[in-house]
Amino acid sequence: MHSPSVLFDEEDPQGQGETATAPPFFRDLNLDQVVDAITARRDEYDLKPLFYTALHSEHTIRYRQAVFQDLERASTLEAIRKFAEEMRVVRRHLALTQKLYYKYNREGWFLEAAARYRDAVTGLADALTHADLRARGLIQLRDYLADYAQRGDFQTFVTDIDNCRAGLTSIRYCIIVRDSSVRVRKYAGEIDYSVDVEATFARFQQGAVKDYRLKLSIGSGMNHVEAAILDMVAKLYPDIFASLDAFCVEHSNFLDPVVARFDREIQFYVGYLELIASVKAIGLPFCYPEITSADKEIFANASFDLALAVKAVAEEKTVVGNDFFLKGAERIFVVSGPNQGGKTTFARMFGQLHHLARLGCPTPGTRARLFLCDAIFTHFEQEEDISNLRGKLQDDLVRIHAILTEATPSSIIIMNEIFTSTTLQDAILLSKQILTQIIRLDALAVCVTFIEELATLDVKTVSMVGGVVPDNPAQRTYKIERRPADGLSYALSIAEKYRLTYAALKERIPV
Amino acid sequence: MKAFLMNRQRDFDVKQPLPPQSEARVQDLELDVLFNAMANGDEFLLNVVKRAVLCSVLAPDTIHYRQAILQDCLAHPDVIRAIYQISIEAAENRKKRWMSTLGRMPSTILSGAVQLMEMYVELLVKLRSIADQNSATFVSEGFKTFFAMIQHELDDDYFEVIREHLKILRFRDGVLISAELGPGNEGVNYVLRKPAGKARHWWQELQELLGPQTPTYTYTIPDRDENGARALGDLKDRGLNLVANAVAQSVDHIDSFLQMLRTELAFYIGCLNLCDRLAQIGAPLCFPDPTPADARDHSYTGLYDACLALTMGKQIVGNDGNANGKDLIMITGANQGGKSTFLRSIGLAQVMMQCGMFVPATSFRANIVTGVFTHYRRKEDATMQSGKLDEELSRMSEIVDALSPNALLLFNESFSATNEREGAEVARQIVSALLERRIKVFFVTHQFELARTFYDQHLATAHFLCSERQADGQRTFRIVEGAPQSTSYGADLYRNVFGREADAT
Repeated sequence: MHSPSVLFDEEDPQGQGETATAPPFFRDLNLDQVVDAITARRDEYDLKPLFYTALHSEHTIRYRQAVFQDLERASTLEAIRKFAEEMRVVRRHLALTQKLYYKYNREGWFLEAAARYRDAVTGLADALTHADLRARGLIQLRDYLADYAQRGDFQTFVTDIDNCRAGLTSIRYCIIVRDSSVRVRKYAGEIDYSVDVEATFARFQQGAVKDYRLKLSIGSGMNHVEAAILDMVAKLYPDIFASLDAFCVEHSNFLDPVVARFDREIQFYVGYLELIASVKAIGLPFCYPEITSADKEIFANASFDLALAVKAVAEEKTVVGNDFFLKGAERIFVVSGPNQGGKTTFARMFGQLHHLARLGCPTPGTRARLFLCDAIFTHFEQEEDISNLRGKLQDDLVRIHAILTEATPSSIIIMNEIFTSTTLQDAILLSKQILTQIIRLDALAVCVTFIEELATLDVKTVSMVGGVVPDNPAQRTYKIERRPADGLSYALSIAEKYRLTYAALKERIPV
Repeated sequence: MKAFLMNRQRDFDVKQPLPPQSEARVQDLELDVLFNAMANGDEFLLNVVKRAVLCSVLAPDTIHYRQAILQDCLAHPDVIRAIYQISIEAAENRKKRWMSTLGRMPSTILSGAVQLMEMYVELLVKLRSIADQNSATFVSEGFKTFFAMIQHELDDDYFEVIREHLKILRFRDGVLISAELGPGNEGVNYVLRKPAGKARHWWQELQELLGPQTPTYTYTIPDRDENGARALGDLKDRGLNLVANAVAQSVDHIDSFLQMLRTELAFYIGCLNLCDRLAQIGAPLCFPDPTPADARDHSYTGLYDACLALTMGKQIVGNDGNANGKDLIMITGANQGGKSTFLRSIGLAQVMMQCGMFVPATSFRANIVTGVFTHYRRKEDATMQSGKLDEELSRMSEIVDALSPNALLLFNESFSATNEREGAEVARQIVSALLERRIKVFFVTHQFELARTFYDQHLATAHFLCSERQADGQRTFRIVEGAPQSTSYGADLYRNVFGREADAT
């Protein structure tokens, strides 16, 4: 029987392999933050490789875009989410039964797992029957589930669970620990003693102090003394435990493989949608980009840095959208202008867009046409370390050289504030050399710099400048606009680099 | 129970991070000399006074609160040192008896807590008796409240009640616990129960009569089954968890009270130490008069650099001045004329005033600031690669990150690493923006171009000082009012070094 995948179209020759480690550019573009946010509470699915694995086929990109579009319907997404939550618990319980030694303990967890699995499957099958689905990936799954949930063996399974659970939860007993023995009997209504003692010492309570309550073995099985007690409890209630024995024999292997695979793969979508939902909530748009591999006439409207937007959500701030386009021979954005004006953000955004697009994900912005690149290379200044400048400059050059060796005309190169740690003259000389090589390669690139003369180096370079409010030069708009750069004197250039000009300072120091 | 000797409503936080730029402030104002004089070789004191001095207090109210307490301390140093001794004893006893709770169980936590509680009760009795003896002679609000609190909270009856309950908590007849079956048939909801005493409910007696219907089963751990004994202990611990927590937390509350007392007193002990040192060399001290942060006050007499006095072991020349209403104070003039020393004395007095201390002067009045920052020219070192101006501006940028309105910024020969004209322009932009953001600036420079940039603006809020120079070229090391001069008297200096050996000291 065939096993449908919601991530990979069976007809795509690329196959279904996954990249295990993060590409080098991930960290520079803050995509690691984005993926961390998506996978934060999803460790068990091992989703990160799916976000590392770029697609090379426009066809599969569209297959995924369709699934995303179906899941944008809130009721469908909610059903998937509930299903996932239940399945997560099922897995945890089943893993536990593998490790447990005492029979009634093992049987107890097995019963829990079975109950959650029943809830997961019936809930999802029911919800998908009523959902309006267009994506091929999801329709295949719906048909499979509808058939499975109606089968007779599944129906018996459901009734048996209910009977067993009702009996066990009705039990209440007492233990008396003295020296090396323990007695067990039914509970007889004695009062809570801790409450008594706490009241006595309440007078000392003032501020927060350490909590001495120990978390004592939560859900981790039992030892032979607890098992002995449980056996004695079972003697107090023999019928209830007999029906539990029977259940475990009859339903020993209840988990379906197709259900299990879907459970992992759908999290790629759910995680991403969950993230962008919080971003949409502060008024930011997403779109399904058009993908091109034929030409490099790309554009994006009202786009933004997704990692920044995620932070903005947490800090309740807003994010400014930016536009860009390239026409004809244009290949390289040279971004200059005041610091803290959104230059680095623009560079990150450009890289993120292209990676997200080739995962099949919706991208930040209202409309976009993006290039299906073969690779993304980034060079971002690392943390400044004043004691080791010479070593760092050399290290920078080595890294850039490596990038230029690997890059092809279909690659994207993003350089952010390189050479800021050296003198101004050195920085100008080196930056020009590097940029000239990228121009020769004909790759797409973004170069963020405080050296404004780079913007006019060639016909392939396009000058982008951080905007200021015309009446008040100190106020940044965080808009990056297509226009020529304007220059500054040497000492003031350094002051500008550190944001210490009159205008920059007035903005930095709060009123 | 709170000591509240540093703030009226708040504990002093000895773990609070130092404010940004503290390292530069310590280096530029030579604050380590001050800290060492206060700590007198004691690590604990050193840590506390460093925090207390560097983490400026902002409210004038709190400054006055501490000043009054410090005056009580200066009047009764022996009582203060006796209370301090109690808190030290508590810390040492606890270290001896309290092992880490790591790997310990509620039953051992409970018995350890009971022992500690007995030790603390003794110390608290001692503290009560000091309060009884001295509550009438102390006058500060802080100490009056403190003593009254001790007498009220720790009365004899309460000590008796505590002792009674410590007895009960030994559970000689076994521990009774109720439970239910949770997921996996594992026991949950363990609740410690009070065994029925002589007075029983009628239905309990009835149940006893019906005996056979409520069977009891017993399991006994074999003699050499250590795991079993441990497991049984664990079960008992589940029942004792909440009780152990209640007692142990009460112990912690008492302990944290005594440790807080030690920490807060440490600051005053440090002040007593410093006062002793300065008294030895006959250097004067006064309690300063802080004014609100949005005022612009700076008036002083006999203001001197206490750290220099401590280092040299003798009293040094002080300055008088009045810069009320000014927010830019520019100090120009002769090299080695006492400009840097003066600048340090301004910073030091501010820092000391703001933590509630006395200051090194005969009188001192200044507005409170939101932070004291220093930007001093540094010697060329590892930073040569990035160029001096780069390095200076990078440091300036870090300071700006920490600035807020009504801060105080002390510049010493800053932005002179490039040619005078460009440096002056950079400095002009920086200082102008700072002034507009209500930052108070003291700027020491020997560069005429820079000083003139501001002098020519005829700002009503600018104040110009210079190092005093007598007609014969002699320096007095005093800082007096005066316009910037176009020469820094390098010729004087040259003559001093090469021609007139007699003046060298």
